[in-house]
Amino acid sequence: MTESSLISLAVTILFLPLAGFFTVLIFGKRYKKLYLFEVGIITVSLILSIITGFVKLTSYVNDTIIRQFTWIDFGNVPSIGHLAVKLGVQIDNVTVIMLFVVTLISTLVHYFSIAYMEGDPRFSRYFSYLGIFTFSMLGIVIADNILMIYIFWELVGLSSYLLIGFWYEKKSASDASMKAFLTNRIGDIGMFIGILILFTNYHTFSFQEIFESISNGVVPFGSNGWLTAAGILVFMGAVGKSAQLPLHIWLPDAMEGPTPVSALIHAATMVAAGVYLVARIFPLLTADAFLVIAVVGALTSFFAASIAFTQNDIKKVLAYSTVSQLGYMVMAMGVGAYTFAFFHLVTHAFFKGLMFLGSGSVIHAMHHEQDMRQMGGLKKKMPITYITFLVGTLAISGIPLTSGFLSKDGLLAGSWAFGNLTGHYLIPIIGFTVALMTAFYMFRLIIMTFHGEPRNQHKYDHAHESPKLMTVPLIILASLSIFIFYTPNPMNPEAGWFYNWVQTPQTVVPEEARFNFMKSESAETENEHTILAEDEHHTTENHTKTENEHVVHSEMYNEAMHHVHVPGMILSIILASLGILFAFIIYQWKKIDPDMLAEKLKPLYKLSFNKWYVDEIYSLLFIERLLDLSRFISWFDAKVVDGIVNYSATLTRAFSRVTGWFDTYVVDGLVNFIAFINGFFGLALRKMQTGKVQTYIVYVVFSVIIILLILRPF
Amino acid sequence: MEVGLTHYLVVSSFLFAFGLYAIITRKNAILVLMGVELVLNAANINFVAFSRYGNLGLNGQLIALFVIILAAAEAAIALAIVLNIYKTFGHVNIDEIDNLKE
Repeated sequence: MTESSLISLAVTILFLPLAGFFTVLIFGKRYKKLYLFEVGIITVSLILSIITGFVKLTSYVNDTIIRQFTWIDFGNVPSIGHLAVKLGVQIDNVTVIMLFVVTLISTLVHYFSIAYMEGDPRFSRYFSYLGIFTFSMLGIVIADNILMIYIFWELVGLSSYLLIGFWYEKKSASDASMKAFLTNRIGDIGMFIGILILFTNYHTFSFQEIFESISNGVVPFGSNGWLTAAGILVFMGAVGKSAQLPLHIWLPDAMEGPTPVSALIHAATMVAAGVYLVARIFPLLTADAFLVIAVVGALTSFFAASIAFTQNDIKKVLAYSTVSQLGYMVMAMGVGAYTFAFFHLVTHAFFKGLMFLGSGSVIHAMHHEQDMRQMGGLKKKMPITYITFLVGTLAISGIPLTSGFLSKDGLLAGSWAFGNLTGHYLIPIIGFTVALMTAFYMFRLIIMTFHGEPRNQHKYDHAHESPKLMTVPLIILASLSIFIFYTPNPMNPEAGWFYNWVQTPQTVVPEEARFNFMKSESAETENEHTILAEDEHHTTENHTKTENEHVVHSEMYNEAMHHVHVPGMILSIILASLGILFAFIIYQWKKIDPDMLAEKLKPLYKLSFNKWYVDEIYSLLFIERLLDLSRFISWFDAKVVDGIVNYSATLTRAFSRVTGWFDTYVVDGLVNFIAFINGFFGLALRKMQTGKVQTYIVYVVFSVIIILLILRPF
Repeated sequence: MEVGLTHYLVVSSFLFAFGLYAIITRKNAILVLMGVELVLNAANINFVAFSRYGNLGLNGQLIALFVIILAAAEAAIALAIVLNIYKTFGHVNIDEIDNLKE
């Protein structure tokens, strides 16, 4: 298979779900079974992405395939030169892995939804929405330029809006959809400004071309500060989409949507788009930008984990755990553990998708009961759901033999290495603490839901294992949460193929804007060579260029990571086991009464239970102020603007009165006066018009005499 | 005293004046017509006088002949008009005929 057929395959994968969307949207009402078309088409997409991934990872594993076409040609623009906006498709290893992840989870969610959404009045519309979501997500994945990412970014936001508010009859659902949309918009403004900074300086949207310009020493507006700003601003888009700290509030509310949607969009794929975006702009991030990203990620993961402790809604716990894990990924990106951040994205997509679908299965069985205090003891009633859920929980807690262990361990080691190299130890400390917390609250969830005695006997009696359409996706995802798909050695991810496929890209930012450990040694040697022999300059440069291609992100960083790998692994296993132990002590064996504990730590408990009052603070700080502003503007409108309008109306009226008077008296008077004069003269002249010939003759004679007297011809 | 051009011109002026006077003042249409004849003849005297004393040769006398013929034709038409007026109004008093006013 050639490179161009890979590109056409990717484009086909992209547009198939769109075709499904339009078909089902338009004809879905008439033909009730048409949703099967959408399900089929997404399955075809999945098969095609498996083929694409297989070909790419076997034949072209070291290549980045890019195809561009000119979208808008502005021609020769003064003071810029030739300006054209190009769109294109980029296929590298990250792309094909994401293609596979997105289409796989989307397919499984489609099948799951057939059973879950049964009997919904807008059944086929639901599937068409899933179609447009998949289309937009795939668009982000295969884009080779930031403009296309931005376009699909907003499309993803739109489909998320549609699906969160799918049951729009519920006020909370329609509110949540608007909250998600608006919160994302705030992040997107930053992203848009970042894109504009890049475009103003490089006149291109293509990542490849931007990176090239930066590595040639061109920085925005001639300052590294602007490069940092551009990186952080584009990262703001990720903050919104991946629910990072200041903008995380929409994700828990987004759980108002149907549970399979939560699994697909708000756990596995869309929220990971932010992390994917950071991965795409990774080479242009400066040291300061990295630090900001790492701190935001670390704080988010801690913050969300602390809230997940006390939530009682099964989906809310999962939502906060998603926020926390996304914080992990962002933190890993920030500390430069690119491979593990992306690895965690993939593994998290599988096990979090699994857990959300599992919770969907539970909710389905409990007849749309989401409160964990009403559950308990479901282990016996729903064995398949329980086991798969347990696999997911073990994976997220980072227990060996699971995929989550590999990725989480890697990114914790990465953060530790970062701490060692830069002295920012708070980041790994938070990372390891969150590992403990994650294990605790996830097992709290599983114990409250599946273990112990049923708390609501009535609902328990009616609970039943879900149909095959729901359990098979769970089993597939659970098996994908096992280490063997990623590496043959469950203790060392670096032995695996994943580690080889996803290489950290080389940073392109100027030397002085990098972390110390990222500075390339080859640059220094080049300087020496230049000093030694000017003539050799050209050849040396070529030499270092070729060397650069082999240099991974940072040798020093990799070494530091190897150094802390084993202690980090041991520490994370201990912490995870401790967390699980606490969960069992408190909730399974009931050695400590959780209510008493809550009573003892009342302020902390309240803080966590009320989500650190973030919604309230935002409501007080922004929403109320916005309402005040609106009220003021409304007052301004009513009093000042309307006042001006009314005043001008009065003024006009007064003026027209004056002109009216002028019209009647002056203008009309003048006209009448002229008429009167004419009449007066007419009356006078009438006398002359006797009609008698003789009078006229007299006039003629006198006239002639007068003329003669005047002219005096003689 | 020799009779010269001046005398003729004076006579013709008087004739013209009397003719005009007749045209303006007379009530009877016939009398007005007679006034017109006087005016024409005043012009004739002028023509003949200038023919005799000026250097027009016989041209003046010839035009005078034309005028006499013209006057005859004019009299015929004018009398026909007067007859019609008489038929319409029952009199020839031009003071009362002021239909032009309308």
